[in-house]
Amino acid sequence: VQDRCGCVLMMLCDGVCVQAQKLLRERLCHQKLPDQPVGLDSQYKHLLELLRRTAVHGESNSVLIVGPRGSGKTMLLGCVLRELMSLKEAQKNVLLVELNGLLQTDDKIALKEITRQLHLENVVGDKVFGSFAENLAFLLEALKKGDKSSSRPVLFVLDEFDLFAHHKNQTLLYNLLDVSQSAQTPVAVLGLTCRLDVLELLEKRVKSRFSHRQIHLFSSLSFAQYLDVVRAQLSLPPDFPDPKFSDEWNHSVTKLCEDKTVEEILRRNFNGSKDFRSLHSLLFLAVSRVSVSHSTLREADLIEAWRLISVDSKANVLHGLSILELCLIIAMKHLNDTYDGEPFNFQMVHNEFKKFIQRKSHSIHKFEKPVVMKAFEHLLQLELVRPVDSGVCKVQREYQLMRLMLEHGQVMEALQRYPQCPTDVKQWALSAFG
Amino acid sequence: MSRYITRLRMRRTYKWNGRPVGEDRKLKRQYYESMSISVEGKTEDATVSLGQYILIEGDDDDNPFVAQLLKLYTDDSGKKKTAVLQWFVRMCEVPQNKRKLLGRDPHPQEIFFYQDRSCDNEVDGETILGAVQIEYVPVQDPFPVGKSRDILFVKLLWDTKSFRALDPELMQPSQSPKSPPPSSRGPQTRALPTPDPSVMKRAMSGILTRGSMSTGKMSSSEAESLHSASKLSAAKALSAKRRSQAVSGPQVRKKLDLCSPSKNMSRDDVLGELLDERSEKTLTSKLNTSPTGRISISIRLTPLNLNKEECVSPLSSHSPDKPRMTAHDKDDAARARTPSRRKDSAALREPALAALAEEEHEDSPINTAATSRSKRKSAQLVSSRIKKQLNLLGNKIGLQSDGEDGDDDDCFIPSKIDLQSSSDEEEEAKIDSEDELIVKKHRGSGTSRSTEKTRVSARTPRKTPSKKTAPATPRTPRHATPSIPSRTAPARKPGNVLEEARARLHVSSVPESLPCREQEFQDIYNFVESKVIDGTGGCMYISGVPGTGKTATVHEVIRSLQQSAEQDEIPHFRFIEINGMKMTDPHQAYVQILQKLTDQKATPDHAAALLEKRFSAPAPKKETVVLLVDELDLLWTRKQNVMYNLFDWPTRRNARLVVLTIANTMDLPERIMINRVASRLGLTRMSFQPYTFKQLQQIITSRLNRVKAFEEDALQLVSRKVAALSGDARRCLDICRRATEICEHSGSQKNSSGLVGMSHVMEALDEMFSSSYISAIRCASVQEQLFLRAVIAEFRRLGLEEATFQQVFVQHQALCRVEGLQPANVSEGLTVCQRLGSCRLLLLEGSRLDLFLRIRLNVSQDDVLYALKAD
Repeated sequence: VQDRCGCVLMMLCDGVCVQAQKLLRERLCHQKLPDQPVGLDSQYKHLLELLRRTAVHGESNSVLIVGPRGSGKTMLLGCVLRELMSLKEAQKNVLLVELNGLLQTDDKIALKEITRQLHLENVVGDKVFGSFAENLAFLLEALKKGDKSSSRPVLFVLDEFDLFAHHKNQTLLYNLLDVSQSAQTPVAVLGLTCRLDVLELLEKRVKSRFSHRQIHLFSSLSFAQYLDVVRAQLSLPPDFPDPKFSDEWNHSVTKLCEDKTVEEILRRNFNGSKDFRSLHSLLFLAVSRVSVSHSTLREADLIEAWRLISVDSKANVLHGLSILELCLIIAMKHLNDTYDGEPFNFQMVHNEFKKFIQRKSHSIHKFEKPVVMKAFEHLLQLELVRPVDSGVCKVQREYQLMRLMLEHGQVMEALQRYPQCPTDVKQWALSAFG
Repeated sequence: MSRYITRLRMRRTYKWNGRPVGEDRKLKRQYYESMSISVEGKTEDATVSLGQYILIEGDDDDNPFVAQLLKLYTDDSGKKKTAVLQWFVRMCEVPQNKRKLLGRDPHPQEIFFYQDRSCDNEVDGETILGAVQIEYVPVQDPFPVGKSRDILFVKLLWDTKSFRALDPELMQPSQSPKSPPPSSRGPQTRALPTPDPSVMKRAMSGILTRGSMSTGKMSSSEAESLHSASKLSAAKALSAKRRSQAVSGPQVRKKLDLCSPSKNMSRDDVLGELLDERSEKTLTSKLNTSPTGRISISIRLTPLNLNKEECVSPLSSHSPDKPRMTAHDKDDAARARTPSRRKDSAALREPALAALAEEEHEDSPINTAATSRSKRKSAQLVSSRIKKQLNLLGNKIGLQSDGEDGDDDDCFIPSKIDLQSSSDEEEEAKIDSEDELIVKKHRGSGTSRSTEKTRVSARTPRKTPSKKTAPATPRTPRHATPSIPSRTAPARKPGNVLEEARARLHVSSVPESLPCREQEFQDIYNFVESKVIDGTGGCMYISGVPGTGKTATVHEVIRSLQQSAEQDEIPHFRFIEINGMKMTDPHQAYVQILQKLTDQKATPDHAAALLEKRFSAPAPKKETVVLLVDELDLLWTRKQNVMYNLFDWPTRRNARLVVLTIANTMDLPERIMINRVASRLGLTRMSFQPYTFKQLQQIITSRLNRVKAFEEDALQLVSRKVAALSGDARRCLDICRRATEICEHSGSQKNSSGLVGMSHVMEALDEMFSSSYISAIRCASVQEQLFLRAVIAEFRRLGLEEATFQQVFVQHQALCRVEGLQPANVSEGLTVCQRLGSCRLLLLEGSRLDLFLRIRLNVSQDDVLYALKAD
């Protein structure tokens, strides 16, 4: 009986753990909007007020939301729209058109998409009819028909706004902004971009029609606040079904955040970038390591996650090389040191390598030149070595000029970690000149 | 209305009919009564005579001008034929803004009697296209339904300002020598018109032609209609009594209305026509190896010719009705005889009715061509037999009618309108469909006897279904009018002073007046006004930086010009606006102009040709067109033909086109236009200077219009700041609007005067003008800041403004060590670098070069250092 009880308890525990993991994953994978954007209160208010005026008063507006990647532009807009739609006055009165500069790569596609999303009359099913010119005339006429007080406001969300500025003549932007500046259907043009110089991309007449409102999302978070965010992100909500488990979990999270090593990891991450997207990917890896056997988040999980995240990709590649290839890399490094980063060719590398074999090597045998050439070509394929100018003139392969795409430090680090690296090779790498 | 002869492709020759009826020695003019128009490729001529309604070639092929012919004369040389007209206008010719004066939707076939003394009523006689049928409908009566689409209705009079009820007497030509008394169309009793001798003559000739019909050269339809015309007077006597009975009671009249046959032919006529057609077709198909083309021509002509034939004699206007009466009587009899047949024939008729007349047109020739051969023998046989009969009858009637000219009965007239309205319009469509019907019958029965019978009975009940179906097939709208759905809850009105001010300051709100552009306004006004008054054309080029009120001023000018046009101080004009930015391709300009001018849709090339024609052809009724071309520079093409045309049209003698062009750059003509374009643009130029701070201040104050929301100093600060930067009024208004928002937010806390003060304006200015780079650097992460530092350090070391990533990375690692941070590895370093690049703090080039990525700063080094120092 006791056994069975234990089994049931295990299963229950198992279920709770999976549930907690699911909840945290959702949070960390941006599948759910947070309840409140962190550290963006004033921007949130500004944007909400602006959109509310468009929705309720029918006032046309245009605004740019500018912030670095991962700073929460889309999240902010999502939160604002969520609140806006919860307003009774705005709920059924607002039409939303969402465009993305990466999807709508020219105005023709963008116009079709707008027409489709607005359900205008030349849409049958999901297809939009008419030529580009007709569609433009059609849409403009539709927008012109409306007026401030009687037609529904349309919110145009242009994600990757800067890409729209590269469209021919900026026709779409001109027309949208022109509508926002004239007594037609009320529109709000919301541009999302990470480029600070986006206004310089706009043509002067387009620029003049833009209201020059910009909402900047620069995070001015201190590290203490950052830690709070981490804690909040990892904590389970009070309405979690199993309060005992959530208490335990939250306690462990608090303890984790006070841990010195964990704090160090988080600080490094914070120093690298302040955005939450990189934090989330770190925490996601950590949370994924939680299992039934250890149902709390431990510092080891975080350390492992950090190791995975911060690893240098090229150093990883170096670990998979053969000794010969590694030797060639070292020879190139020496050449780089000798000639101060000037490009080299295979022949030079081969000579350097031969010198090493003749003078210092004890463990490595002499290789035939074709074999060395093959190894060199492998490096070329891995793009650890690159030709200077990709074969403009017909030069023999041995004499084509190459560059090493590795930093000094990367080579040294790879050598340190290389399993069973012969000591003479290591010494050769460390020695100052060849 | 697309079945008028296509004018463009056919050459017409005009000839006077008969001798001149009068001569004006002083003016050296010779007056004629009628003119015949022969169209290339057609065997018979159309004749137009005085008092008749005619179509005049216009800009719009689908809607030619309509007029009544009053005089025809030639000058002494005898070459130039001139026509004096009374114009009618279509709804599409009425200025757009006046159309709503009608107060209802115009009937698609409705036209208006045009009363405008300023309008030239003399046209070149060779622009006449042909006759058209016009019917007067009293104001209170509804439009007759279910009639042919080629008949036009006139109900009202348009005197360029309003629609008025049309006096029916105006519909009668006054100068025509043979005009019937004005009462002839009215419901009251009137004197008898003499039958048109020309008609009679033609009737006779028609019979003669019929005699020689077996040669198959003459269109059967003409013969048939001529024949019916000849019959009319003969039939008069026979049916006079019965007619007077028929019209006595309203009920009877109604019945008449319903069952009166569509065609002015008796049963025999129908048969004759039918058989003539058949025989002719068989003949032509025999003669031609590929007969379809030929046959289709003869059939297509049928409705038109018939129409014209009837229009030839509108003066003896009631004459076509008479045979109708007889036909009706006979039909009645036919119906009585074949009551059962009528039903199935009606059923047979149904599908044909559902189809459009146009389609029937296309179908019928092919069908006939296909069937004619197989049925040839029996058809020929029967036709010859019946023709013999007809010839006899025709001759007799011809003889009778001679003695019967003046004899007519008065009581016939009251029913006239009913009859006309019920039957006239349908004729054409019916004739079309009859062809088809016959073919079907032929196929089905083979014997001509049964054809004849069903044919007669089929015609009688058709009236009933067609009346129902005609309105049931509405024309598909040319283009749907798109619109954004309207909101469920109404927009909220501004609640407080600040909201009110914000609404007024929005760029979109139209100000009561445009301050600070009085001089420019006056100049443009004078320019356009003089051109409109003179009826000439011209170009003007307006330049100025964005937001200086160019478009707004032009709109204001047009608005006030339209006002004075409404008060009749200047002639009416059309205003059309296109915008280079609002089209996808420069050539779309033609399409848009044409669409706004005539509501036609066309491809760019076709539109250009049509516009070219419109602006170069002389047209008497043309209004001046004022064309505003905004963002002119975008109409630039390599050959510059769009610009060339835009500037060339106004120079045409008959164009009456004023072109106002707007662009941003002052020297646009010199910079991008080739000489012949720039030369046509002319020297009328105007440039809008950026607003000065005083003007900006005045603009805001006038917009606010005594809504006290701003402190005086605050306004001055805004206007000075904007004037110093760009002089863009839009910017100025936007800043003010933002300032009211800031004031509203802070107002709750500080509770100062409630007005927008200096601090609010400063904040708004800061938000809009300050560069965001510095704050972006300040808010960057530690590694990012270090990387920027490393970039500057590397630049200093190299003495260049560009470095590779590898070089900067070395510096970066050194700096990390100095700062006591664990040095980042290459991957992290690259991530940091890319992030700065995506914000455009750094400019990165050749990102595939990896370590050798080239880095430049997008901010000045001083700014970076300043931002980092203050940190």
